[in-house]
Amino acid sequence: MRTVAVMFLALLAPLSAGAIDVFSCEPEWGALASELAGDLAELTIATTAFQDPHRLQAKPSLIAAIRKADLVVCTGADLEIGWLPLLLRRAGNSAIQAGNPGHFMAADYVRKLEMPKIIDRSQGDIHPQGNPHVHLDPRNMRRIADALAQRLAEIDPANAANYKSRLADFQRRWAASTAEWEERKMGLAGLRVASHHRSFSYLAAWLDLNIVATLESKPGIPPSGAQLAALLEQLSPHPPVAVIRTPYENEKPSSWLSGRLGIPAIVLPYTIGGDQKVTNLFTLFEESLRALEVASQ
Amino acid sequence: MKIILSFLALLSVAASVQVAQANDLASEVAELRQSLSQLQQDYESRISDLEGRLARAEQLASGAKRDASEAFEIAEQTAIDQSSGSAAANTFNPSLGATLSARYANIDQSWEDIPGFLPAGEIGNGESGFTLGEVEFNLKANVDDRYFGNVTFAIHDDGGETEVELEEAWLQTTGLPAGITLTGGRFFSAAGYLNGFHRHADDFADRPLPYQAFYGGQYLVDGIQARWIARTALLFELGGELNWGGGFPASANDETTPGARTLFAKLGGDVGNSNSWQLGVSWVSADAVERGSGHHDDGANVATFTGDSDLAAVDLVWKWAPNGNAGQRSLKVQGEYFSRSESGGFDGLEYDGDQSGWYVQGIWKFMPRWRLGLRHDVVDADNSPLLAGTELEDPGRSSSRDSLMFDWSPSEYSRLRLQYTNDRVLAEADQQWMLQYIMSIGAHGAHAF
Repeated sequence: MRTVAVMFLALLAPLSAGAIDVFSCEPEWGALASELAGDLAELTIATTAFQDPHRLQAKPSLIAAIRKADLVVCTGADLEIGWLPLLLRRAGNSAIQAGNPGHFMAADYVRKLEMPKIIDRSQGDIHPQGNPHVHLDPRNMRRIADALAQRLAEIDPANAANYKSRLADFQRRWAASTAEWEERKMGLAGLRVASHHRSFSYLAAWLDLNIVATLESKPGIPPSGAQLAALLEQLSPHPPVAVIRTPYENEKPSSWLSGRLGIPAIVLPYTIGGDQKVTNLFTLFEESLRALEVASQ
Repeated sequence: MKIILSFLALLSVAASVQVAQANDLASEVAELRQSLSQLQQDYESRISDLEGRLARAEQLASGAKRDASEAFEIAEQTAIDQSSGSAAANTFNPSLGATLSARYANIDQSWEDIPGFLPAGEIGNGESGFTLGEVEFNLKANVDDRYFGNVTFAIHDDGGETEVELEEAWLQTTGLPAGITLTGGRFFSAAGYLNGFHRHADDFADRPLPYQAFYGGQYLVDGIQARWIARTALLFELGGELNWGGGFPASANDETTPGARTLFAKLGGDVGNSNSWQLGVSWVSADAVERGSGHHDDGANVATFTGDSDLAAVDLVWKWAPNGNAGQRSLKVQGEYFSRSESGGFDGLEYDGDQSGWYVQGIWKFMPRWRLGLRHDVVDADNSPLLAGTELEDPGRSSSRDSLMFDWSPSEYSRLRLQYTNDRVLAEADQQWMLQYIMSIGAHGAHAF
């Protein structure tokens, strides 16, 4: 009982200051902040690879975390529209409100794909600002790293030189890895896959994958049995090599379809922690490519 | 002699020929040398010319490459800018949403009062048949860098007349540091877990009985609220409200001092990745002055209460989802307990009453789109025997209900619900059925915990 009370008091005790406090909505931005800031930042990552970033709730632990944040690093482009605005309003924290340096939206620094031509809910849960899953293109990551390092320096000018050198080091390693991955593109170009949601559009655009179908006929709306049956009929004459999905998406539709088509259903890591081997941004791409290469053989 | 002379002459001729020949050879060599060096110079100048041209070409090529990559960067940046914002005139419009709802009900015993209670506000279980619910409009946006504004008004039909009701109209600070947020205007009190939500977000077709009995459905504050969040790993929040308005259980008193005060505290956090919880306690203290009942406001024989009303409440919410991913399966259990003490005068009589109520409910999302819910709600009044014969006569029993609901939400914006209630608010139990739709159009709503 006494230990419990002590633990409880420890949880309530004011947290130590020092390093800048970074709140990242998704694991990929946490990983990038960690590359660029290292020990200079104390990180809170709001979601895991197994949680749908579209559908989180503004839960108490997140309100407590965002209240003390110096910098919020999220995707933006409406990915977190269901919970981030509420967290920001509940935070009682002026530093991280939109328009302030503490508010960093990664998707603002890259070109979005799939800008909807018709913005209407009959089209499903569409994002008027385009597809927000921008992190699965290493070229986007390069741009976002530049912008984030600049932002870190703005918030923590005392360590500006440190962020600059960490950025240079990251970009050097990133360029080398990207070049190596791009050499492997040839083996994957044109690979035909079906995807549960439009989560991999940027990966596909970079690798020239051919996403022949998405299981959700409208984004964000779970596919019905009838829709899946229609998809099966459509894909049967010339099936894709695999059905891909993220770790947080329902496995049933893709395992049903892959079973009928006799093709594998693959969970791509999607973000950090999506696979045990994926512990940083480098292994994220490494493992994603490896999984696709296995599928292509 | 002649021979010698001629020989000498011959010799000199030969010598001169030889000299001449030697001279010729030397000049030829010189010529050759000259042309060779000419050639060399020629080639050197041509080579250096070529080298110059090559360098220029290389420079041009690298310039062109640089231009091309700059052009690509500019094009990319333009594309980024274009896909990252818009400059239309309506960009500054607030986010606008509307909620449409209606129900079809089969109810034998309608009630507008709970025995032993006399709340105002929108309470009761409604009538049989098709009833259009209120149409709720919501506008919200940042006012500037310091304030956020929110307006909700509801339009509903009341016996053939269209009524517009101002549900919420508040401003909130966004720019205060240190975890402090101030809200002013008309807002939902933070006392009680469910009170902060719009009714269309409820998991059942009607509010639990304690909410109807103690808050008249929903406790609205016309005044100010201050809340402070501690800088801790767990959520720890304290807040208070001052209410000058007439939202039940308060009553408007037209004085400088507020008619009701609220204190509340919330504590919440996670247990692992799969569980989240929040515990709340609250206290609402109202100085009621001639507080009437909403159902008897047509003027005839209004019994009123004047005195102190103190309501203490505790609420607990626990949510579970595998790995914290509520997309496929989730469970939400919540319960709230209320205890109220009122003393003063009612209808000219001395009145002293203690009432309590609670509900507990569980919502089980068993597959995407589908949910099943179970709720038990109960209120109990222990009023002084002096009130026998009045509307606050102690009923000598508690009022309770059991409800079972089943709903289907094909998207985040639409919901169809079937609810069965075993209603024991009145002396005789009543089996009730309701079919309800709730649809929202416009801006994406937020998912509060």
